[in-house]
Amino acid sequence: MSGILLLVRRSLRQHALSTGITVASVALACGLVMAVFSIKTQTHEAFTGGDIGYDAVLGARGSQLQLVLNTVFHLETSPGNLPWQTYLDLKKDKQVELAIPYMLGDNYRGFRIVGTTEEIFDPFEYQEGKKFAFQPGGRAFDPALAEAVIGSYVAEKTGLTVGAHFNPYHGVDYDEKMKHDEDYVVVGVLEPTNTPSDRVLWIPIEGLFRMGGHTLRGTGKEFKAEAGKAIPDENKEVSAVMIKFRSEFAGMTLDQKINKQGNTATLAWPIGKVMLELFEKIGWIDRVLALVAYLVVLVAAGSILASIYNTMNERRREFAILRALGARKATVFSAIVAEAAAIAVLGSLFGFLVYATILSGAAAVIRAQTGVVLDVFRSGVVEPFGFALPVTVAAPLLMVLIGALAGVVPAIKAYSTDVASNLTPTS
Amino acid sequence: MPVLEIQGLTKSFLSPDGERTTIVDVPGFAMEAGEQIGLAGASGSGKTTFLNLIAGILQADAGTIVVAGHAMTGLDEAGRDAARALAIGYVFQTFNLLQGFTALENVELGMLFGPGADRARATQLLERVGLKDRLHYRPKQLSVGQQQRVAVARALANRPKLVLADEPTGNLDRRHAREALALIRETCREGGAALLLVSHDPEVLAQFETRRDLAEINRASAAQAAPPEARGA
Repeated sequence: MSGILLLVRRSLRQHALSTGITVASVALACGLVMAVFSIKTQTHEAFTGGDIGYDAVLGARGSQLQLVLNTVFHLETSPGNLPWQTYLDLKKDKQVELAIPYMLGDNYRGFRIVGTTEEIFDPFEYQEGKKFAFQPGGRAFDPALAEAVIGSYVAEKTGLTVGAHFNPYHGVDYDEKMKHDEDYVVVGVLEPTNTPSDRVLWIPIEGLFRMGGHTLRGTGKEFKAEAGKAIPDENKEVSAVMIKFRSEFAGMTLDQKINKQGNTATLAWPIGKVMLELFEKIGWIDRVLALVAYLVVLVAAGSILASIYNTMNERRREFAILRALGARKATVFSAIVAEAAAIAVLGSLFGFLVYATILSGAAAVIRAQTGVVLDVFRSGVVEPFGFALPVTVAAPLLMVLIGALAGVVPAIKAYSTDVASNLTPTS
Repeated sequence: MPVLEIQGLTKSFLSPDGERTTIVDVPGFAMEAGEQIGLAGASGSGKTTFLNLIAGILQADAGTIVVAGHAMTGLDEAGRDAARALAIGYVFQTFNLLQGFTALENVELGMLFGPGADRARATQLLERVGLKDRLHYRPKQLSVGQQQRVAVARALANRPKLVLADEPTGNLDRRHAREALALIRETCREGGAALLLVSHDPEVLAQFETRRDLAEINRASAAQAAPPEARGA
């Protein structure tokens, strides 16, 4: 065994350039496979709900997916508004544990502003058992004042801190010409949650009702709030209501009432199922990516085969010498297979660097776009033959196995090397 | 007990015209332990084939070869490999050092498949052949004479009972040839190994007390030159 290892080490050193290039191609392949499956697993979990702390979203009649994307992931646009009374009815509903109104439509430098109630900080849980926590010196906004609480990513990117003032901009997309006159003060910065909420600025819902240029149509007629005067409930509107039910049965009841019998609102319930449908629709992208990754693995295996096979002619004499020194055919065969496997092992090890690089890059992009944070140290999962395995284990194993198999072809050539005819010139 | 005993050995090859040509036909040959024989053989006389048969690199058509108790002709290929690794050292005209390995590693290879690598012994052997300060040099960094010394050290690494040397001085100038020959003979004597050296050079053969002519031993050698597929075999 030590003999085989010595032969492998020396051969890799002797062919350092081709070894290096092949190791790099294996590293790319292995890293790519691990990254694709880890990104897939983590985004899938993040976007299909995972342990989201609410069960459903109620919004204007339209697409459930649009509703979820708009309210949970702060992407897309709002399908419209609902009368405030809808929210009040839900709040009174005994089957509803918690109903929180969302009013959308403004932004600050591209980060969305959500008008809501102070219940968003307590008792609301953004994930089961997890409430928003304030960074030192922060607190919840006063619903009667122009105060804001901002997500950690917003603070990081905009530089806003507690005590800083800002003006909202109209619309969900940033346009510097659409600046509102209202001045808000930041009273709290939230601890990172690694969710889309990190990209949100939370202000009192009353503030959005009264924002200059905003028109309320709760009664069907246009209404503009006036300073110092209360807004009648019938004029108020809400973009969506985040709901936590007391039981699953409540969700089924409301689903029946709103989605199947009603025609004015849409209930996205359960949220995970809505997102799952999206992933099922775009599942082919996953499959294409996986296919590309597998093809890259095959190409890498081919490069192992080619790099060793190309040295076979120059190494015939080497094999003959080894045989003349007493190496068995099986030893020479094993040395070539081990050499191919060693290239795959080295490639797989460097593959973790490639994996970390790809995942870090992808994580930065996904975080910037959605607020979802991917964990580089959390492996994706693959299920070969029904067994769930971390891809960071399965991919290197697969790579080494395929690499060793790629070594079989040149190994057969080495195995069949004729010793006598390759040893010495004619005597 | 002879260290090498050959009886009724024959080996033939298929020539390009489809006819079988006998290259080796040795009715009998033997060497005692520690004996040194200089075997004269012209080019194409089948001397390399003869040595390869003894080493078990080639399989005989008929006859028996016993090397230090190993019945080479009765063993399968893996068995012959193992016997060669344990009992035989081989010095080639072209040295046959592995270019990717240092002098020390090349010598270690000489024992790797037999008794197992022993760095201390490899170092000692290289010191013995005067390459103490060249242990970590690769073949290309060594002179031709130094490369042959490494090859000698490698041939003795597995403490062989029999050393086969095929024109070991063929690539050396006169002075280096004399030195190399003396070194081979001395080290074999020190290691207690028998030496069967084939050469066409009368000056080399003149150094041996026991000289034989392959044409006398091999009935086929005088008949014809080796066909192409027998070359190097």
